[in-house]
Amino acid sequence: MSVVEDGALRGATGAKRPSRLFRNPMAKIASIPMILTAMVVFVGGTLWTVVHSFTGSKLLPKLNWVGFDQYERLWDTPRWLISISNLALYGICSLILTLTIGFILAALLDRKIRFESAFRTIFLYPFALSFVVTGLAWQWILNPDFGLQSLVQGWGWESFQFDPLNNPDIVMFGLLIAGIWQGSGLIMCIMLAGLRGIDEDIWKAARVDGIGTVKTYVRIVIPMMRPVFITSLVLIASGIIKLYDLVVAQTNGGPGISSEVPAKYVINYMFQAQNLGQGFAASTMMLCSVIIILIPWAYLEFGGRKNA
Amino acid sequence: MPDTALTGPRGPKPKKRFSRNNIFLYGTLIVVSMYYLLPLYVMVVTSLKGMPEIRLGNVFGPPLEVTFQPWVKAWSEACTGLDCTGLSKGFWNSVQILIPSVVLSIAIASVNGYALSHWKFKGSEVFFTILILGAFIPYQTMLYPIVIMLREIGLMGDLGGLVLVHTVFGMPILTLLFRNYFASIPEELFKAARVDGAGFWRIYFQVMLPMALPIFVVAIILQVTGIWNDFLFGVIYTKPATYPMTVQLNNIVNSVQGIKEYNVNMAATLLTGLVPLVIYFASGKLFVRGIAAGAVKG
Amino acid sequence: MKLSTKLLAATAIVSASAASAVELEVTHWWTSGGEAAAVSKFAEAWNATGNTWVDGAIAGSGGTARPIIISRILGGDPMGATQLNHGRQAEELIEAGLMLDLTDVAEAGGWADIVNPSSLLDSCTLDGRIYCVPVNIHSAQWLWLSHDAYEKAGQPVPSDWNEFVASAPALEAAGMVPLAMGQQGWQQNLAFGAITIAVAGTDAWREVTVNKNADVARGPEYTAVFEAVANARELARDSNVQDWNQATNMVITGMAGAQLMGDWAQGEFSVAEQVEGQDYSCLPGLGLNEILDTGGDAFYFPANDDPEITAAQKELAALLISPEVQVSFNLAKGSLPVRGDIDMAAANGCMQKGLGILADGGILPSGDQSLSADTQTQIEDLMAEFWSGDMSAADAQARYADLIAAAD
Repeated sequence: MSVVEDGALRGATGAKRPSRLFRNPMAKIASIPMILTAMVVFVGGTLWTVVHSFTGSKLLPKLNWVGFDQYERLWDTPRWLISISNLALYGICSLILTLTIGFILAALLDRKIRFESAFRTIFLYPFALSFVVTGLAWQWILNPDFGLQSLVQGWGWESFQFDPLNNPDIVMFGLLIAGIWQGSGLIMCIMLAGLRGIDEDIWKAARVDGIGTVKTYVRIVIPMMRPVFITSLVLIASGIIKLYDLVVAQTNGGPGISSEVPAKYVINYMFQAQNLGQGFAASTMMLCSVIIILIPWAYLEFGGRKNA
Repeated sequence: MPDTALTGPRGPKPKKRFSRNNIFLYGTLIVVSMYYLLPLYVMVVTSLKGMPEIRLGNVFGPPLEVTFQPWVKAWSEACTGLDCTGLSKGFWNSVQILIPSVVLSIAIASVNGYALSHWKFKGSEVFFTILILGAFIPYQTMLYPIVIMLREIGLMGDLGGLVLVHTVFGMPILTLLFRNYFASIPEELFKAARVDGAGFWRIYFQVMLPMALPIFVVAIILQVTGIWNDFLFGVIYTKPATYPMTVQLNNIVNSVQGIKEYNVNMAATLLTGLVPLVIYFASGKLFVRGIAAGAVKG
Repeated sequence: MKLSTKLLAATAIVSASAASAVELEVTHWWTSGGEAAAVSKFAEAWNATGNTWVDGAIAGSGGTARPIIISRILGGDPMGATQLNHGRQAEELIEAGLMLDLTDVAEAGGWADIVNPSSLLDSCTLDGRIYCVPVNIHSAQWLWLSHDAYEKAGQPVPSDWNEFVASAPALEAAGMVPLAMGQQGWQQNLAFGAITIAVAGTDAWREVTVNKNADVARGPEYTAVFEAVANARELARDSNVQDWNQATNMVITGMAGAQLMGDWAQGEFSVAEQVEGQDYSCLPGLGLNEILDTGGDAFYFPANDDPEITAAQKELAALLISPEVQVSFNLAKGSLPVRGDIDMAAANGCMQKGLGILADGGILPSGDQSLSADTQTQIEDLMAEFWSGDMSAADAQARYADLIAAAD
């Protein structure tokens, strides 16, 4: 990471010159699109949303202040509470399972096997398909009358029951099966790249010391792959919070409201209920949770590095 | 660095060909592969069946009588409302949206990433962090502000507006990838070019770009799949005449006329997914290599 | 006849000013078989005038289509015309000056005299100006029964909701689902509304829905309603379909005994070539309370700078309500026409029943006119939760009453 330090150093020496603003003018000009995107679209759009969450906007955004009314109503709405707990359940399971499956698959592929690229392609291809496609395909497979359940029953296991999309208690797992199917391949790929980046000597040393394979992975390799895990974590987490298309395509929130998620609440209240203020309040809560999750990450990424 | 990342497997060598370990290893991989392949198999098989066969009810059985009629229907005959032109029109619309969006977003993000890695200036890290936080904002919450912004710059409903939206929302992840990749290019190369008197753009075009093929491949793959699969922006920032393929897929799948024609739906789904799938299968190892080069360096 | 001549004259005046052919993009969410057939009547009539109908169908439902429609109007890139349910949905767009004022077209066409019931035009009116064209009347309080299913169960076809409930065990015993129900909040809410009017009667309904009286919603009439709905929930337990027309299809194919759905289900029966009284029966007001609400669809015309398009929009507005188009459209859609002065002799038995009720004045304002979209969505969420789970009738009633108390 010497680049970072040098860059900082260059900035520091530059401070002595009077025309600091005009140093490296090209780099600054070239960064204008990024700065505009960050400040105008992301910060501007977010602030706009937060401001309007304190209004009673209905169909059109207006500035008729209502204080915290939208938030009070939000936290009093069963559907929002269900959405939050669904997302928490989905998020935790998805994080753990995607990381575990991604790592195990990568470790298996890293063991000098034949047909590695064929397996890798198989695990990765779902990532090329949209969530809408994923949702439709799995809705079809999980259909109790045509799909998996009837297949297994046809094999003679008459009492076999697996109907997650029509059972409010396990519907989130129906979504999870599809979500992991779509997303784990990319994580596997990143993990595999991380494993390949680990020096052969580590393995040699571990063998010399008589440390078993599993133990080597857990004790030595995984700690060394911290940046890889962090990248994966960020990718998975950003996908989880946005979970929407898959739900709409696969269950549309059903049965009842048992697979509702926050992003869907936001959309429904903004557009169907025509209560923009309520939708904005809900999306502000989503942003808050993102920030709460991301601050530790940003600290680890940027704060941690300076100490190192 | 990037090139050494994929020199070969580093795991411990398996001892024998048919050891218990190996049987376990391949067994696991094959079982897992079935999970990954099942939906594709079901989609393909269903799309080749006629409706009477589907009503019989076995999703997993191969078609008794192969028919390509669902594919023909999905491509050129399926109806939404009055419009019975299937997906064909949407395909070309998607191509028209895709190409400028991919080119513009990658061009901008690569320059950004380059500036952020070798030409840091005061505040650049702050903007970058904000940009990364932007990757977590659910797109839906940005719909209204963007409608207002596009209206103000007069691009609402214009193809240019949609390209701009894709560029903006592709920027966080792409910039991260390019920044990490360019940061891993040895500082000495950069310094040598500086000593030779090369400026910002000359170093970018003559030193950085020639080394950046793997990361460009990753960026292209991510953008092609992301933009091709986009539904939300495509439906809001276009009109019926320029609807992308995903919007027409949604229209076909959700226009239930009588009973759901699962075979046509599956064929339409596969047709829509074909472009990104082909790109994945074709790029193969390049993608893993690019990921290794870009994402892993944190 | 006099009126329609006047209208034709008005159309002629408007079309004279729009000499050249104009392409108008029309967005709507009518994509099921019957709906698409109906919308094609509009398109044919419009294309016959030398203009071009650019069909902007968005599949899904109003919930999918509405954000798209509103974003585009807000973004200054409006379509030529768009379907929206009338009632309170478009008020703010009108207030913001985004909708075309149709008052001159309405006056030229004498809409005030021909639209029946006149409440339809009222919901298009804001501060004395008219902003939309009502195109049909839809009522939600219908029970559709499959003769095939009752034949299989060896039972006579019920003549009201109570008989239907009593016949349910026989249907179940014969391996059929008594009540087909799509698992979507709005359908479950529709069923709730229909049962309410049948069980609680119109006075209690009006007090709660129009006057937002939460005490009545907590009272004994509504207790009976929620118990009836809880009972209906059990009858629909095995119905796993999503879309309303898939549920209708269960009735058409005799897999289910009945469905609670609006009169638009008629269109699906027509497409399937079913004959009323022979293959299926319909009971307006569930056979208990012969009264119908008067919801419906309307077309709005977003304001446009181009005078040529504005002229074409007015021409289309006049066309949509013209007698011939009203007849052909509503016959295809299974809905009732918005004008009382046209000959609907070609309508089938179910529509005749509806026309009769309409002529007798057995009408209620639709929920769209009384409750805001916000309150309706909340009630839909409650109904979705109630129908799919095990919430007790008393809990549901208490939460419903709270929503009514907070309704705006």
